[in-house]
Amino acid sequence: MGKIRIGTVWLGGCSGCHMSFLDLDERLLELAQYAEFMSSPITDWKLHTPIKEYQDYPEVDITLVEGAVVNTDNVEVLKIVRERSKLVIAFGDCAVSGNVPAYRNLFGVDDVLNAVYLEKASYNQQVPSDKTVIPKLLNKVVPISHVVKVDYFITGCPPSADTIWYTIKCLLEGRQPKFTEEHYRYG
Amino acid sequence: MSVLTLTINGIECTGREGQTILDVIRENNIPIPALCNLKGLTPVGACRLCLVEVRGISKLVPACTTKIQEGMFIETDTEKLRTYRRILVELLFAEGNHVCASCVVNGNCDLQQLGFMVEMDHVRFDYLWQSFQIDASHPRFVADQSKCVKCTRCIRVCDEVEGAHVWDLKGRGIATRIVSGLNQPWGQVKECTQCGKCVQVCPVGALFDKTATPSEMVKDRSFLQRILEGREAKLWAR
Ligand code: SF4
Ligand code: SF4
Ligand code: SF4
Ligand code: FES
Repeated sequence: MGKIRIGTVWLGGCSGCHMSFLDLDERLLELAQYAEFMSSPITDWKLHTPIKEYQDYPEVDITLVEGAVVNTDNVEVLKIVRERSKLVIAFGDCAVSGNVPAYRNLFGVDDVLNAVYLEKASYNQQVPSDKTVIPKLLNKVVPISHVVKVDYFITGCPPSADTIWYTIKCLLEGRQPKFTEEHYRYG
Repeated sequence: MSVLTLTINGIECTGREGQTILDVIRENNIPIPALCNLKGLTPVGACRLCLVEVRGISKLVPACTTKIQEGMFIETDTEKLRTYRRILVELLFAEGNHVCASCVVNGNCDLQQLGFMVEMDHVRFDYLWQSFQIDASHPRFVADQSKCVKCTRCIRVCDEVEGAHVWDLKGRGIATRIVSGLNQPWGQVKECTQCGKCVQVCPVGALFDKTATPSEMVKDRSFLQRILEGREAKLWAR
């Protein structure tokens, strides 16, 4: 049997979930025996936004998605990734619930852009109009499951390395992860 | 006082007349979610998380406000109950702005515990993202309405134990809010003795100490029993 093909994706998140993934430490070596990393923002294959790079996203068995869906690019990326992945996992609270990025939902998009780029900016006050720099923000930040079907949810901000390991290990061994109190964590 | 016999999850139990189903469930260490109920405060049946099935009654009944009867046949853990409980917990998360990562009681929160208990890995409903008020006018405490689950524990402890009756509810349905002193800023309510009982009984991060930073606020639930038992025993009588 060939190696399991894994990809990870970084949408509207702080990269903390990916950092937690790296906290697998020596378990990464074990993982490397069974799995092949096809794409991730922490490998040297610079595959994040803009969206056109994602046209080449490979066919994989598992994709871990970090971050909430905050802009139109995220929606497109997520749909491509869903199509090419056998399993999609919401990776951390931003992907699961919207979490901190969704605080923006309390304000209108224009108010947010104005506050960041005009009112609080000390020089060169202008809202970027080049959509390859700032893709169009969605009116509401949403969890990834509100855009595509999600197979598993790993909660936590960030999820603990142990929970990440437990989930991946189950899937490698062809078992359904059965989450219990020790795995759940919101925030 | 007469002793009644009943069956819970197929196991025969006994209870005293006048006890609620929840009392007997707890005496028998059967796990059951309950959010608005707190031992020592009048039960109100507000959250509906303690719903159980009773044979012969077609509706689900709240265990905390239903008195036991001889020969009752109760189920606390059926598929139907599990389904409704998870929906209830998800709706609570969807209604408030529960961003646990930035919450003062993160890791010490009763609502989080309920989420774990009902195996909530995500919320299937749209989050409402309503705008709520934060009242930081009190010298020692803060009220953040976005985290309030309307359990009314604060109202009851302040009224029934402290005797100050600072808190009430205003509004209906989704617009229901807790108010202090007939809708005055908390800091201006002269009746508030600053005892902090409401803060300690609040199950979530809605009422907290001003100096607490995220995940720092641990609430002391046992103080209520200590006070009530002390009163009963006239520990402080002169
Ligand atoms: S869940 Fe937490 S750690 Fe992960 S991306 Fe979001 S904010 Fe960062
Ligand atoms: S009150 Fe509890 S559930 Fe709500 S945000 Fe705070 S920690 Fe999370
Ligand atoms: S402030 Fe706390 S104790 Fe009071 S009703 Fe809201 S959640 Fe319950
Ligand atoms: S604990 Fe019974 S209804 Fe809330």
